[in-house]
Amino acid sequence: MDHQQEEKVQLFGMWASPYVYKVKWALSIKGMEYEYVEEDLGNKSGQLLEHNPVHKKVPVLVYNGRPVAESDVIVQFIDDVWKGQGGRILPEDPHERAMARFWARFVPDKLSPPIWKWFTTAGGEEQEAAREAAVEHLRVLEAELNLGRNEFFGGDSVGLVDLSLGALAYVIPMYEEIIGARLITEEMFPSLYAWMGRFLAAPPVKDHLPPMEELKLRFRAIREYFLKNA
Amino acid sequence: MAGGGDELKLLGAFASPFVIRVKLALSFKGLSFEDVEEDLGNKSELLLASNPAQKKVPVLIHNGKPVCDSQVIVQYIDEVFSGTGPSLLPADPSERVAARFWAAYIDDKLLASWLQAARGKTDEEKTEGMKQTLLAVETMEAAFKTCSKGKPFFGGDSVGYLDVTLGALVAWVHAGAALYGMRLFDDAKSPLLAAWVERFGALDAVKAVLPDVNRLVEFAKMKQAQAAAAATAQ
Repeated sequence: MDHQQEEKVQLFGMWASPYVYKVKWALSIKGMEYEYVEEDLGNKSGQLLEHNPVHKKVPVLVYNGRPVAESDVIVQFIDDVWKGQGGRILPEDPHERAMARFWARFVPDKLSPPIWKWFTTAGGEEQEAAREAAVEHLRVLEAELNLGRNEFFGGDSVGLVDLSLGALAYVIPMYEEIIGARLITEEMFPSLYAWMGRFLAAPPVKDHLPPMEELKLRFRAIREYFLKNA
Repeated sequence: MAGGGDELKLLGAFASPFVIRVKLALSFKGLSFEDVEEDLGNKSELLLASNPAQKKVPVLIHNGKPVCDSQVIVQYIDEVFSGTGPSLLPADPSERVAARFWAAYIDDKLLASWLQAARGKTDEEKTEGMKQTLLAVETMEAAFKTCSKGKPFFGGDSVGYLDVTLGALVAWVHAGAALYGMRLFDDAKSPLLAAWVERFGALDAVKAVLPDVNRLVEFAKMKQAQAAAAATAQ
């Protein structure tokens, strides 16, 4: 497509970052090609610092030389810029769009913090409290996010809410294996549980997942570090 | 005016910056709405049913359908009432990026650390909050320069999404000055933002919805007294 020939898209990322994958999946939904630049976060490149001076983080999307930072901002930009192309990331209907944006914020604001706390805390009262908080928010999701007959929260294809929850589909099972305790079981969260499997198999996702064994090793090391330095 | 048949109800609390933000958006768009003051210590059935996930204000109910989260609500209003009043978000995707990026920064960094400075449970938390707030103000000052390009508002010649987003704080900037003798945006450290506060506050659409500063001051004092009483009770 002519549109594509005139465009240069670069993605600055890091192999273990779920936020980077969110952007990769969004680009995949639009069928966009891009140059990927792996960053060493312990030794950030001059380019990254120039493109994201405020947060100095990945992901950063650079579109025709103009940087876009913050994964949620990037995903909406991707949906805006390639509006007629590939799948829809945000719904057409304004009220549905508002709901999608609301749930997209719910994940980092409410759900992720207790899950992270649960993963980085040694067994005991504090860890149990974090787990209960996570379960409470998961219950809200299970109850309020009605899949109905849809495969995904975005309908019959992956949308903004799926992308926001996305990484949890592979991260939570990994955490469960490392800790030796379950957070999401089919009995407790039938809808979410089924969605997790479908998400990992979805076309924009299945060929764009992090290397799982390496990620598991990394998570194990992270948990050990936190337990040691508690 | 809201189009024929449009019913807008805002569930809010007069002191909440997030509620003020939505009122500002409605005001700039020239939309009339029913203003429902919630008692946050005794939330209404309607609020709990409309925002079961967070049980928080603001919630905008449009023709019976609830929309939650102040930034989500402002974007919704801008999209649904795109023919009414000014557009708050720019049309160009690249310009929208800047608006969304800085809006996230305002809530995640500036407001979050300012709230911690005010409401932190320990002195340490409050001091750290203050430190982060001052850094965030410095960053926002530079952001204003970039976004406004020498014009009066973040949105340029007229008010835009970021003006409404940051506008949430304007009444509290004045209340804070009265309470703590310290302005969030002062002439010395953030002259552009200090001037913006005055300019923004002088607009009719803003004056129509900003809460009375004295009322905010009384409210803050009451909250402080409650917190102190709770602390000594333990």
